[in-house]
Amino acid sequence: MPKEKLVIVGAGMASGRLLEHLFEAEPDRFEVTVFNAEPRGCYNRIMLSPVLSGEKSWSEIVTHDDAWYAAKGVTCRFGEKVVAIDRARKTVSGERGEVPYDRLVIATGSSPFIIPVPGRDLPGVVSYRDLDDTNAMIEACKPGARAVVIGGGLLGLEAAAGLRLRGMEVTVLHLSGHLMERQIDASAGYLLKQDLERRGIDVRLKASTAEILGEGRVEGVRLIDDTEIPADLVVMAVGIRPSTALAAAATLEVGRGILVDAQMRSATDPEVFALGECVEFEGAVFGLVAPLYDQAKVLAKTLLGEDDTFVLRELSTKLKVTGCDLFSAGDFAEGEGREDVVFRDPARGVYKRLVIEGDRLIGAVMYGDTADGGWFHGLIKDRADVSEMRETLIFGPAFQGGEPLDPTAAVAALQPEAEICGCNGVCKGSIVEAIGAGATDLGAVRAKTKASASCGTCTGLVEQILAVTMGGDYAAPKAQPVCGCTDITHEDLRRLIKAQELKSQPAVWQELGWRTPNGCHVCRPAVNYYLLADWPLDYTDDPQSRFVNERNHANIQKDGSYSVMPRMWGGITTPDELRAIADAADRYGVPTVKVTGGQRIDLLGVKKEDLPAIWGDLNAAGMVSGHGYTKGLRTVKTCVGTDWCRFGTQDSTGLGIRLEKMLWGSWTPHKVKLGVSGCPRNCAEATCKDVGIICVDSGFEIGVSGAAGMDVKEVERLAKVATEDEVVEWVVAFVQLYREHAKYLDRPYKWTAKVGMDWVRETLADAATRADLNHRFAISQSVYQRDPWAERTEEQQKRRYLPLADLTLEAAE
Amino acid sequence: MTRDMGWIDIGALDDVPLRGARLVKSRAGCIAVFRTGENEVFATSNTCLHRGGPLSEGIVHDRKVTCPLHNHVYSLETGEVQGADSGRIATYPIRIENGRLLLEAAAIAKADAA
Repeated sequence: MPKEKLVIVGAGMASGRLLEHLFEAEPDRFEVTVFNAEPRGCYNRIMLSPVLSGEKSWSEIVTHDDAWYAAKGVTCRFGEKVVAIDRARKTVSGERGEVPYDRLVIATGSSPFIIPVPGRDLPGVVSYRDLDDTNAMIEACKPGARAVVIGGGLLGLEAAAGLRLRGMEVTVLHLSGHLMERQIDASAGYLLKQDLERRGIDVRLKASTAEILGEGRVEGVRLIDDTEIPADLVVMAVGIRPSTALAAAATLEVGRGILVDAQMRSATDPEVFALGECVEFEGAVFGLVAPLYDQAKVLAKTLLGEDDTFVLRELSTKLKVTGCDLFSAGDFAEGEGREDVVFRDPARGVYKRLVIEGDRLIGAVMYGDTADGGWFHGLIKDRADVSEMRETLIFGPAFQGGEPLDPTAAVAALQPEAEICGCNGVCKGSIVEAIGAGATDLGAVRAKTKASASCGTCTGLVEQILAVTMGGDYAAPKAQPVCGCTDITHEDLRRLIKAQELKSQPAVWQELGWRTPNGCHVCRPAVNYYLLADWPLDYTDDPQSRFVNERNHANIQKDGSYSVMPRMWGGITTPDELRAIADAADRYGVPTVKVTGGQRIDLLGVKKEDLPAIWGDLNAAGMVSGHGYTKGLRTVKTCVGTDWCRFGTQDSTGLGIRLEKMLWGSWTPHKVKLGVSGCPRNCAEATCKDVGIICVDSGFEIGVSGAAGMDVKEVERLAKVATEDEVVEWVVAFVQLYREHAKYLDRPYKWTAKVGMDWVRETLADAATRADLNHRFAISQSVYQRDPWAERTEEQQKRRYLPLADLTLEAAE
Repeated sequence: MTRDMGWIDIGALDDVPLRGARLVKSRAGCIAVFRTGENEVFATSNTCLHRGGPLSEGIVHDRKVTCPLHNHVYSLETGEVQGADSGRIATYPIRIENGRLLLEAAAIAKADAA
């Protein structure tokens, strides 16, 4: 049987999806010719925004490359416009000749609406629809160049954010009184405007363009109130309209779009079908990808002679601008018989509004916290009766029925028909089925079901379904997120804090999309450390994000009491200090006095309320905190060196004290212990320290990344130097490099194992780099090298160590 | 400390650090008074069910606290242990009035008698 001749006009996302369905069902049934005005095949148009902003490359968003079309035997006539359709002869004429069809699919998509003002044809005026537009914008991005984006809808704002990220000065002109008025209400629009302005985008509302100015090239925009805004680039993003000219010329019935029935057949000709943004169905036209994919599925069935019906469904909107968290679904216009439930948290910039009609939720708008968006969208789509949970509805699923569920439990509880991937209409059942059929990682599930393959926001959910379905067999991706509050790894977190110049905890939560309001006991200490290490002058250390020992500056013991340990520089003390320690131990009834492995004396079993007083006493005797409780510099263990030892080659005690005086008070990813031995006999056990110096006749051998805890490991040689000054310079540089790069709670040996000792040696071999690291360490020490004991002897600070109230003293009533 | 209408004034809101806690001693045992990042206050038993760790020394996040000894997490609202473990610590009614923290006397007296 000869193959059916199928001609498709257009190679957009709907067209690509249609072909996939057809070839999957019956690979040999059709002889396919695809025309496309763009000189390329199908790519993920939704992802043009990340390409514009530089977060993704073009090749990452191609969904069907030339090889794919070739493998399927598709005749590609890309870069060729169709000039006419002859329905009587059943032919399509391209610029380079005609081709006959048995059946024809028109998928011409949409065109940007260009507002009819003078100057709209000037070079430098672009729309934002395809890769060429995107590339034109990228080319226009020169530092300091100015862009005006006309239109504050989804596309316009994504364009504005992308251009801003590329360093342009951006102004958005929007005709209506608030941004994205078709998707969100005025309150959410207000928050969105604020967020955009915070990123340096100038937003002008009720701004009506009168003229685009320029001689031979765009130079500015004039508004109807005669305001003039200079511009090197003007982006028109006021909307799209279905591209119907070709269909109309072929006398197909056209309203706003090409009229089709629920099988995607044109209203006029049973052999002609239409698909995508060019169609009109029951009065609706389409701009989001989810219904287009539905249409592609239905049309594939129709062409294969099977039954299927396209139905309109409720859509939700998300804006793909990093940090602007916005969600809307359903109908949120005010109206008779409709009631609103509104929640606002101005401090966090959160706004949520639910619209209820009768017993049903019909609309939801959320800004700032959109975690529950999918749940609300489900309630709207399913027309669920919400009367029972109405009072707590706005607080989301966690508040319905007591305990908040952990995310995997929530995913496990989902019904098979629950939709996971909104873009591709993939439900949980299909994903579970694919996993059962051997798709055991994210890539395979994506390939098999398309779930998470378009905008990618459901990737986490898909991974959770993998985990739930496969149980222990699922090997989660190697990169472990910091904690349950985020999917970001420590490494990415550090990189993003630097790259995006995030200088506060709220900035991290907001910009990196934390799922919890203010982190948890796992991420907060890490984030607090990263911020203070990277921005010592901008960020203020947050005691409430520290583990109890670091907050109280004493080690909590298992009975809730604390230990107190003064610093003994290099392990050297004096009779006066010893007397002061002994007196303090007596005065505060210290049950245990212990000589530690780090050459100091620990007072164990001190009550919390006594801490400020005992510190005051030790301070008075000239001692400071030994930081025996911190992720920071602990001790520098030394031997007596040339002062006393007949084998000593250098002043190891003096060098140890010098290093300790240099490094004390600094916060590090994990604790740091040093040792300095005066000869290779190594009495200070320097070869298993984080940094260990062995003195020899000719100088000093600096070793790093030793361990003598859970793991035992000898140091690796970093450098050999001749003078004490050089030792200090190298050691500070190493510690600062560790401070700037290591994952929180990685000791140096774990960190160097990850980055490679070679990299550390190469980096530090450069004298200029060492000098920079020393400089940055000095800046940090200017803030953090201070005795926490001395800072806590004021009355106000002391009170913190007492109970807030003691009700046991009250007389019984 | 003053008593009024069955509520005991235990101190100023600002005496409790934001996202932090303070200890109140009572005949019903030690009570932890928490202040969340959103300026809400909660009062619970100070004692972790696991090894008796002092919850007022834990990290306060969202409406939860993590015990400093072994990271058991409690809901400040219900007193329930979160996650895989189970159990519940006592919670006490507390409110803020004119910047002062008021703890319900009856709840503590009841716990005392029990």
